[in-house]
Amino acid sequence: MALISDGRFIEDAWRRLADEEALPKTGKFIVSLPRLEHAVEVLGPTATFGVIVPNTTEPSALIAALPRLELISITFPAFADGRGFSLARLLRRAAFKGELRASGRLVADQYPHAIGCGFDTIEIPDDLAERQDEEQWRAALNAYSMSYQRGYAGRGSILEARRKAVRS
Amino acid sequence: MPVFKHPQILIASNLIDGDVVFLGPSGWERDHRRARVAQSADEAAALEASGKRDISANRVVDVYLADVEIGRDGAPTPLHYRERMRVKGPSVRLDLGKQAEKPAL
Amino acid sequence: MTAIDLHVAQRQNAPMTTYRYDAYDAAFVSERVAEFREQVRRRLSGALTEEEFRPFRLMNGLYLQLHAYMLRVAIPYGTLTARQMRRLADIADKWDKGYGHFTTRQNLQYNWPKLVDTPDILESLAEVEMHAIQTSGNCIRNVTADHFAGVAPDEIEDPRPTAEFLRQWSSLHSEFSFLPRKFKIAVTGAAHDRAAIMVHDIGLRIVRNATGEIGYQVVVGGGLGRSPFIGKVVGDFVPREDLLAFLEAIMRVYNRFGRRDNKYKARVKILVHEKGIDEIRAAVEAEFAAMDRSVFSHDPAEFERIAAFFAPPPFESLPEASALLRAAKLETPAFANFADVNVSAHKLPGYAIVTVSLKPIGGVPGDATSEQMRVLADASERFGFGELRVSHEQNIILPHVKQDDLFALWRMLDAAGLATANAGLVSDIISCPGLDYCSLATARSIPIAQAISKRFSDMSRQRRIGKLGVKISGCINACGHHHVGAIGILGLEKKGQESYQITLGGDPTFSASIGEILGPGVTAEQVPDVVEHLVDYYLAEREEGEAFIDTWRRIGHARFKDVLRREGEDGADI
Repeated sequence: MALISDGRFIEDAWRRLADEEALPKTGKFIVSLPRLEHAVEVLGPTATFGVIVPNTTEPSALIAALPRLELISITFPAFADGRGFSLARLLRRAAFKGELRASGRLVADQYPHAIGCGFDTIEIPDDLAERQDEEQWRAALNAYSMSYQRGYAGRGSILEARRKAVRS
Repeated sequence: MPVFKHPQILIASNLIDGDVVFLGPSGWERDHRRARVAQSADEAAALEASGKRDISANRVVDVYLADVEIGRDGAPTPLHYRERMRVKGPSVRLDLGKQAEKPAL
Repeated sequence: MTAIDLHVAQRQNAPMTTYRYDAYDAAFVSERVAEFREQVRRRLSGALTEEEFRPFRLMNGLYLQLHAYMLRVAIPYGTLTARQMRRLADIADKWDKGYGHFTTRQNLQYNWPKLVDTPDILESLAEVEMHAIQTSGNCIRNVTADHFAGVAPDEIEDPRPTAEFLRQWSSLHSEFSFLPRKFKIAVTGAAHDRAAIMVHDIGLRIVRNATGEIGYQVVVGGGLGRSPFIGKVVGDFVPREDLLAFLEAIMRVYNRFGRRDNKYKARVKILVHEKGIDEIRAAVEAEFAAMDRSVFSHDPAEFERIAAFFAPPPFESLPEASALLRAAKLETPAFANFADVNVSAHKLPGYAIVTVSLKPIGGVPGDATSEQMRVLADASERFGFGELRVSHEQNIILPHVKQDDLFALWRMLDAAGLATANAGLVSDIISCPGLDYCSLATARSIPIAQAISKRFSDMSRQRRIGKLGVKISGCINACGHHHVGAIGILGLEKKGQESYQITLGGDPTFSASIGEILGPGVTAEQVPDVVEHLVDYYLAEREEGEAFIDTWRRIGHARFKDVLRREGEDGADI
C-alpha cells in the first residue's frame, strides 16, 4: 500500500495488525474494529494505536474510544462509495483530533473531497499508486483555490470570503 | 461459453470521438461492412480478446459481440434493432450525421 | 450589486436579469475546465481507466451514447441570457452538427461532441458564465425551477435566488459527490407548481406562514424511473435561515443509508419507501439538531446579494389591455391562434409571457437549430430584456414581452419556424431522445412523437381537445416523464420488437399522480391510433371545462380500458 500525505507519497509510520497477532507493547499499530474494545481495555495510556473501520460504522461505536485513538482508518470498498466522506465528517464533529485516513482505491481527483471532509491521509494499493503518481495527487490538491461550502476543511470558503469583503 | 447461434461481429466505441467502430482484419473500422465476422465460438472468443486488448491501449471502450446475419452482398447486419441503430445512426434528422452518409441497410 | 457588476451589465447593454458571476464563481468554473482538461489527458494516457474516469466525465456532463458522446450543458433553473443562447448556437456550429436538444430538466444536450474537444467546449461555455458541472453523475444535479419565475401572477416568491443559492452550495460538495445515485432538486414559488417538485428527490415549495414569514415546505423521495413515487413532506415549514442545514441533513442521511447494493434501488425515493417517511424524518431531524449551527448559519447578506440579480428589469407602466394586440388578432387569425394558445398572463399589466414551442408538427421535440437559437436570442433582446427560459416541457419562454409587441414577435418567430401554436396541446409532446440517440433506451421515442403530432396536425382540432400532456419515454428511466403524462407512453422491447405501453392519468403538479397502465404494449404503428381513440372518447364523454385528466379522474380508468377492448373486438388493429 502507498500512503499520500500533503500531495506526496510518504513512508507509513503505522502498521496494520493482523487479527491473530497479539497486541504489541510499542510502535504505532492499527487494529480491526472487533478488537478495539479489548485494545482500549488492556492498553496503557502510552500506547499509540488506531483502528480501521468499515465505512458503514456508526460513530457511536467509536465515541468511547475516541480520546484514546490516534488514528482512524476508514475503508472505501469502492472509490465511488462516498459513505466514508460522511463518516469522516461525523468523527470530526465528535471532536476526533487524530489522523483520519481514507483507505481504498481512491482516485487522485477525490483528494479535495477527502481533505474537505477532514481526512489527513489517503492509503491506496500499489498498482493504483503506479498509475496515479505524486504529480497527479499534488495537482488535485491544488486544482481549486476555494470551495463553495462552509464548515469543511481544506480550501477557503467562497462564502466566507464574500462575507469578509462585504464587511471590509 | 454461451451457445454460438449466429455469426458475430465485434462492436465498440472509439475513445476520442465516441464513434461506433467494428473490429476489422487490420484494426477498427467505421464501416460495418469491413467488420471481421466470427463463424464459430472460438473465432468469437478470439475476436473479443483481440478487441479488449485495445481497451487497455486506451483506444476503445464498451467492447462487445453482436449477432449478425450475412446479407446477399456479404455485409453483416446486426440482428437486434439496437445494434442496427448503432450501424445506421439516428432514424431522425436524416439530413445530417452519419445517417446521411450511410447507405440504407 | 457591486460597481463592477453594474458596469458589466451596462457594457453588455442589457439589464441584470439573472445571476452574474463574481471573481470567485469565474475562478471556480475556470479551474473546473482546467481540471477536466487534465482528466481527459490522463484518460488518454491511461493514467485513469475508463471506470475511474467515468464518474468525473459524468460530473462534467459527458455521456457516451449510442453513436457518439453527448454533452449536457447546465442551464441553471432554466434561465439564460441572449449572449449565452448565442454561445450555445456557436458551439453547436463549431463542435457539433448545428443543433441542440433542450431537456426535461431545463438543460441543453449536444449529441455529437468529441471527447478531445470537450475541454475546449467547456472553456467556451465558461467565457459566458456557463458550464456542464454535475449535469450527470451520482451527485446533486441542476436545480430546476418554475419557468415562469419572477413573472407569474400566482407567484409568492421568485424561486430562482433559492435555486442559485443551492446551485453554489451543491457545486463540488466535498461530502456529497459520491452519492448512491443521482439527486435532483426542484424549487417552486407559486400557487401552481410548474416545476414538478412532487416527483423530485427533493422538492422545495416556497410558502408563507401565518405571520407572513417566508419558508419552505420540503418534500423528499419523489421520482420517476423504474419505480415512480410521489414525494412526501419531510419538513412542513423550514425557515429560510435553516434551509441549507436542513438540506445537508437530508443529504447526509441519504449518503449514509441510501442503498448501494442495487443500482435500481439506490435513489432516495427507495430509502423513503423502504424505511417510511416517519423514520426518515426522524433521522433528518436528529442530524439537523446535531449540526453546528454556528457554521451552518444562514447568511442573509449572501442570499440578498444573490436575490438582487433577479430584481425585476425596468418594466414600463402600461395599460392593462393592448389595442395593438386586439387589432392584430382580428386581422390575422393565425396570430390570434398563437396569442390564445402560447401566451400566458404576466403579473404586470400590458405584459405577457410567451411560450415558444419547440414542437413543430412532425418535428423532433425540444430540438433547435443554431439558427433558431440565434433568432431566439435576438427576439429576447428586441422583446424582453435579453432573457430566456427553458421549460422542463422542452419549450423556450420569453418572459417579458409587451402585449403591444406580440404581433411583431410572432412574425419574427414564424419566419424561423418557431411559431407553432400548440403550447400545452396534444402535439406539445414531451419526449426523451430515445433509441435514436441514447444508449440506455429500449425503443425509439422521437418517431412516436412525430407520428402523434402529425395525426393531430389540425390546429382547430387540437384547440377543441384543449390542454393534454402527452409524454414519451424510450425506456424505463423515464426521462420523458411519461409517468406524469395525462397520456404516457413507454417504449420497451417485446420479442425483439419495439413495443409501447400506454399509461393514463399522470399529473406532475401539486395534485401529482402516477399514470396507470392501459393494457398490453402496442406497436409503433398502432400508437397514433390508440391515442386518437382515447382522445375521441374523452371528447365524447367530457363535461364542461374538463381537461383530459379531469374526465379520466371522473369516469375512471376502467372505462378507458374498455375503449381499447371494444376497438379490438371491432377488429381494429389494436
